[in-house]
Amino acid sequence: MRKTKALIFEISKAGRCGLDLPKCDVPEEAIDSLIPQEFLRKEPAPLPEISQLDLMRHYTQLSQRNFGVDSGFYPLGSCTMKYNPKVNEDVCRYPGFSLVHPLQQPETVQGALELLYDMEQYLAEIAGMDAITMQPVAGAHGELTGLKLIRAYHRHRGEMRTKVIVPDSAHGTNPASAAVCGLEIVEIKSNEDGSINLGALRAAVGKDTAALMLTNPSTLGLFETNIEEIASIVHEAGGLLYYDGANANAIMGIVRPGDMGFDVVHFNLHKTFGTPHGGGGPGAGAVGVKSSLASYLPTPIITFDGSKYDLDYNRPESIGKVHSFYGNFGVIVRGYAYIRALGPDGLRQASEDAVMNANYCLSQLKEQYHAPFDRFCMHECILNSKKQAQYGIHTLDLAKRLLDYGYHPPTIYFPMIVEEAMMIEPTDTESKETLDAFIDVMIKIAQEAESDATEIKSAPHTTVVGRLDETLAARKPVLRWKA
Amino acid sequence: MNIPAELKYSRDHEWVKIEGNQATVGITDYAQSQLGDVVFVEVPIADTSVVVGAGFCVVESVKAVSDIYAPVGGEIVKINDALTDTPEIMNEDPYGEGWIAVIKIADQADLDNLLSSEEYEKFITEEGN
Repeated sequence: MRKTKALIFEISKAGRCGLDLPKCDVPEEAIDSLIPQEFLRKEPAPLPEISQLDLMRHYTQLSQRNFGVDSGFYPLGSCTMKYNPKVNEDVCRYPGFSLVHPLQQPETVQGALELLYDMEQYLAEIAGMDAITMQPVAGAHGELTGLKLIRAYHRHRGEMRTKVIVPDSAHGTNPASAAVCGLEIVEIKSNEDGSINLGALRAAVGKDTAALMLTNPSTLGLFETNIEEIASIVHEAGGLLYYDGANANAIMGIVRPGDMGFDVVHFNLHKTFGTPHGGGGPGAGAVGVKSSLASYLPTPIITFDGSKYDLDYNRPESIGKVHSFYGNFGVIVRGYAYIRALGPDGLRQASEDAVMNANYCLSQLKEQYHAPFDRFCMHECILNSKKQAQYGIHTLDLAKRLLDYGYHPPTIYFPMIVEEAMMIEPTDTESKETLDAFIDVMIKIAQEAESDATEIKSAPHTTVVGRLDETLAARKPVLRWKA
Repeated sequence: MNIPAELKYSRDHEWVKIEGNQATVGITDYAQSQLGDVVFVEVPIADTSVVVGAGFCVVESVKAVSDIYAPVGGEIVKINDALTDTPEIMNEDPYGEGWIAVIKIADQADLDNLLSSEEYEKFITEEGN
């Protein structure tokens, strides 16, 4: 691949043009006769001047530097970078979905409403919940929505509950969402295996407990076996349980958050249900609740009277809207297509495959890399660079070296309670051959650490830019290009 | 690991230099080595009060963003503005140039919870982190 680093401005040639415009067929007016002087530039904007072909090559080459699930293995723990079936792209472009307007009258978009209604039913069944809103457009947005629902629930019962308990292993978005929602965060320490410390939880709950936010499997990729006891501790104190669905790819069709005792759930369609992920979205963070919280859901609610679908805005207890219209409809259509294509058995198998693949990676790599939790894992496994520390190699170096072999590195330095963590989530969609090739490279890097640490410490070598000075970039950022 | 004998320490890895009813505070050498290169410090606001154990300063390193918890409570009488433009002094000289603030101690009892240099050394060895 050509390693051009030139910016579009740097390949500009004065006077070159990408497009010949036809002769103007109306009388030309001087610009200062049309626009007041104070709004006119003193000097022309320094726009790039470039031929159409050079322009096309420049951006095509930039686009070829993208890395995604379609170009390679992407074992980014906690992010579930699974393959996005392409049939979903066809389905969401059906004219009945792509050419409707959100302000159309319900009777003219019955099919789109039916899809939203059915999708709510499917997700409710998978989550073990009673009602769903499809409005939130990201996982963290789902968290904020869920916490607002919890706050409304307590408020309507006349209780001032302001504290949200999060384990120290939680996804960073959990305490962040609670803070944005105006709630106070109480952090509790986890046990060494990342499970909830029941003693610490008992000590933390009280009359002011609004909720406990939890993922299961935990952020360490381990199943929280005490979940029923955890739920009863929180419920007895009058609090609610929030399920962060980031790790739901391990449990589809096997266990349900609702049956574990959770009251509010969010799912990331862009993780668990195969819709596009990364690059800033768009995503979809559907939120499910038990019936006791259903009246607070965002408006509108999609209703079905047995013959006709409608939008119900008359919900006096609702927390209001959390997004325009009905969420990211095109993403919801993709997730719907995914669920319909797999069906209940397929969803269960996806989760079983995800768990099997993670355990396969763990079993093949725990000789070369230290496995802090050497036990059956769920959909992701954790290793670290403890065995490589004697050669001066850190997890960051290993991640950078993986780039040389054409892999997106796993999540590193998370969860924060594991030193030098490296979290591998292979997902359900990868073949044994792909996993074996990745495992071979990981083993090769472990050998390189012993024989040629410098090569790893200076990696990556094959990328367009080499090892970046992240400290300098943060301390003295250069944010603007100047000729 | 540099742990000056004349200072007191908190279990959250801050050092405290006590002079009369005033305490100069900063993060320990151990803390800065764990954080890695510090790239931004949100210094506390002068003339505000701080409760012992509450976050009063935010340190951003290449690895993480961390709250710094007040080792003693009281009024912040002086802050180290230099940290805003040159956060690297927190790595280079954590006990000197890299100090964070001077707090007028509200309750001398806060000092009872602080550790001596020997106790702090033992604490970080035992904590194993």
